[in-house]
Amino acid sequence: MLRNYLKIAWAVLQRRKFFTFISLFGISFTLMVLMVVTSLYDHAFGPQMPERESDKLLFVNNMREQFKEGYTNSSPPSYYFLNRFVRPLKTPENVSINSVFTSVNSYVNNKKLTLDQKHTDAAFWDILDFNFIEGRPFSTQEVDNATRVAVINQNTRKNYFGDKEAVGQTIEVDQVKYKVVGVVEDVPVLRLHSYADVWVPITLKSQDFKRTGLKGTYFATIKAKQASDVPKIKEEFASMMLQVNKNSKPEGVQEVFSFADDIFGTFARSLMGGGKTDKSAMLYGIFAFAAFLFMLLPTINLVNINISRIMERSSEIGVRKAFGASSKTIIGQFVVENIFLTLLGGMLGFLISAAVLEMINDSGIIAYASLGLNLRVFAWGLLLCLVFGLVSGVYPAFKMSRLNAVEALKGGSK
Amino acid sequence: MIQLIDIEKVYRTKTIETVALNRVNLQVERGEFVSIMGPSGCGKSTLLNIMGLLDEPTSGYVAIDGQPVKTHSDSKLAKLRNEKIGFVFQSYHLIHDLSVVDNVELPLLYRKVSGGERRKRALEALEKVGLSARTKHFPNQLSGGQRQRVAIARALAGNPEIILADEPTGNLDSVMGDEIMDILLRLNQEEGTTIVMVTHDENMALKTNRLIRFFDGQQVADSRVLEAQI
Repeated sequence: MLRNYLKIAWAVLQRRKFFTFISLFGISFTLMVLMVVTSLYDHAFGPQMPERESDKLLFVNNMREQFKEGYTNSSPPSYYFLNRFVRPLKTPENVSINSVFTSVNSYVNNKKLTLDQKHTDAAFWDILDFNFIEGRPFSTQEVDNATRVAVINQNTRKNYFGDKEAVGQTIEVDQVKYKVVGVVEDVPVLRLHSYADVWVPITLKSQDFKRTGLKGTYFATIKAKQASDVPKIKEEFASMMLQVNKNSKPEGVQEVFSFADDIFGTFARSLMGGGKTDKSAMLYGIFAFAAFLFMLLPTINLVNINISRIMERSSEIGVRKAFGASSKTIIGQFVVENIFLTLLGGMLGFLISAAVLEMINDSGIIAYASLGLNLRVFAWGLLLCLVFGLVSGVYPAFKMSRLNAVEALKGGSK
Repeated sequence: MIQLIDIEKVYRTKTIETVALNRVNLQVERGEFVSIMGPSGCGKSTLLNIMGLLDEPTSGYVAIDGQPVKTHSDSKLAKLRNEKIGFVFQSYHLIHDLSVVDNVELPLLYRKVSGGERRKRALEALEKVGLSARTKHFPNQLSGGQRQRVAIARALAGNPEIILADEPTGNLDSVMGDEIMDILLRLNQEEGTTIVMVTHDENMALKTNRLIRFFDGQQVADSRVLEAQI
C-alpha cells in the first residue's frame, strides 16, 4: 500500500510542477533558515570546543553600576573585582580571569596583520578544552613570572610561519616579542569568552591589577566540579554580591550588579537589557515564538496548496472510497504523501543549508566559524520536517476524507 | 442479496426540496443481471449509489445479505464495499497517475493481501477482459473501450459478489459498448456475478434478465414482476 501511495505522490509531484516547486521551495527555504539559525545557535551556545563542558561553565562578563541619580553604567568587571571577590569563591572547581580581547597590530614580512589578543591566567587552559596542534599552554610559573610566551591559533601560525612549526619561534605583536609555546585550533569569534588569535599571560598587563574600581576589561570563567553545582555557585556568587554592595561599592553608586551565567544566560541578559533575573527562559520563549511564527506562514501556505492539490483529486478519493478505503485510510494516504513531500523538501533544505553554511564559513563574516550540520542539528531538522509534514497534511487530509464519495466522484466539493 | 426497504432520498437546499427517490422497495437476488432504465434525473444513479453504500438514504434502509447497514460505521461500510461490491462508472474513474495494473490492484490494497498475490489477481482480472497486453500502460494511453475494460477488471479484482455498473457503455460507441456488454454478460452467466446496471440503452437492457423502470424517483415497472403476473 505504501508503495502505491509513494507512486501516486511522486506522480502528483511531477504532474503539478509549479505547485511542487512552490511547496518544495517553501519547505526547503524555511528549513534552511531554521537549520542555519540552529547551527549558529549550536555554534555560539552549544557544547563546542573549547567550551565543551558548557553545562559546568559559568561566565562573569558584566558589572553594572546603578547611580543614586538613577542612571546606570555597565562594562566588563575589573581584575580587582574578579581577583578579590570571584576567585575566592568556594564552590567552583576552578576560576580563571582573562581579559577582553583587544585588536593589536603586527607586521609580518612588511604586511600589517590585525590580531585579537587576550591575556589569561594558567587556569584558563585547565578550564577550557582547546585542541592543541603543537606545544602546550603556558604554565602557572610562566604566568607568575610574566614570561613573554604566547599561544597562537592555527590561522596566526599560517600568517607568520606558513606550514612550518611555530613552537620555539618568536612573534612580535604590538611591538612586543613573544616566544610561541603552543598552537591551538582556531576558535570561532562567537565564543567571546575564549576566542583570540594570540593568548599571552595576564601578568603582562599587571598595571591593571592596581586599579581598585569594580569596572574594567576582564572576564571570569568559572568551572563547577559537576553540573549540579552550578546553582550553588550562582547562590554563592549572589551572596558575595550582597557583601560587595554592603562594603565595597564605589561612592555615588546605589547598587552594583554582576552575575555568573551560563553562556546562553550571559547573552540573554545582555540582549534583554540586564536586570536581576535570569532572562534565558524568556529569550528561549521569544526564539520559540519567532520560530513558530516563521513556520506558521509556510505551513498555512502549504495547507492551502495541499487543499487545492487534493481537491483536484476528489475523483480519486471517490474511487478509493468506492473500492473500500475508509476515511481513516484516506487521511493516512494524504499524510504519507505529505510527509514524503516534506521529507523531500527537508532533504533539499539540508543540502541548501550545508551550502549556505559553507558559504558563511568561507565568507569570513564570522571569524573562524566552522558552522556545520552536526547530528543534533540534523535530528532537529528531521523532527521539524515531520512536524511540518503532519501539520500541513493532516488538516487537508481530514477535510478531504470527509468528502461524500458520490460528490467526490463527481469531482465537486461537499 | 441486496434489499432496499422504503428508501427515500431527498435533497434539500434553503429554497428547494427535491425528492430523488420516493419509497423504493427492491430486492436483488444472487446471480441476477438487473438493468435499471429511466429518463435522466429519475433517480437511477442515486439508487445505485445507495445500493453500493456510497450514499445514505434520507429514510428507509439497505440490507446486505439480510443485515441492515444503517448503523454501520464508516470503516465497516468501507469493508463491505471492498469485499462485496465492485463498481463500474460511466466515465471510468481510473487513477491517471497509476498504470493499468496498479489501477486494477486498487480494491486489493485495502485488504491484507501480499504484493505478489495482488499483482497475480490483477493480471488475472485483466486477462478476463482481454487486456493482458496493456498492463503497464497508463489510462491516457488507452481508448475509451479499453479504459472501461480496465474499470471492469478493477471491479473484478476484488472478486465481489455484486457489480454495480452506472451506464458502463454510455461513453462508448456501439461496437465498444457491445464488447463491454458481452464481458458483463459472460461474468454473469459463467461466474454467477450479480450485476445491477443503470443504462439508457434499451437494447442493452433487453439483454439482461430483469429490467426495472424508474420515473420521477419511483419504480414504475419490473420485468420479472410482470413475467410473474403474466
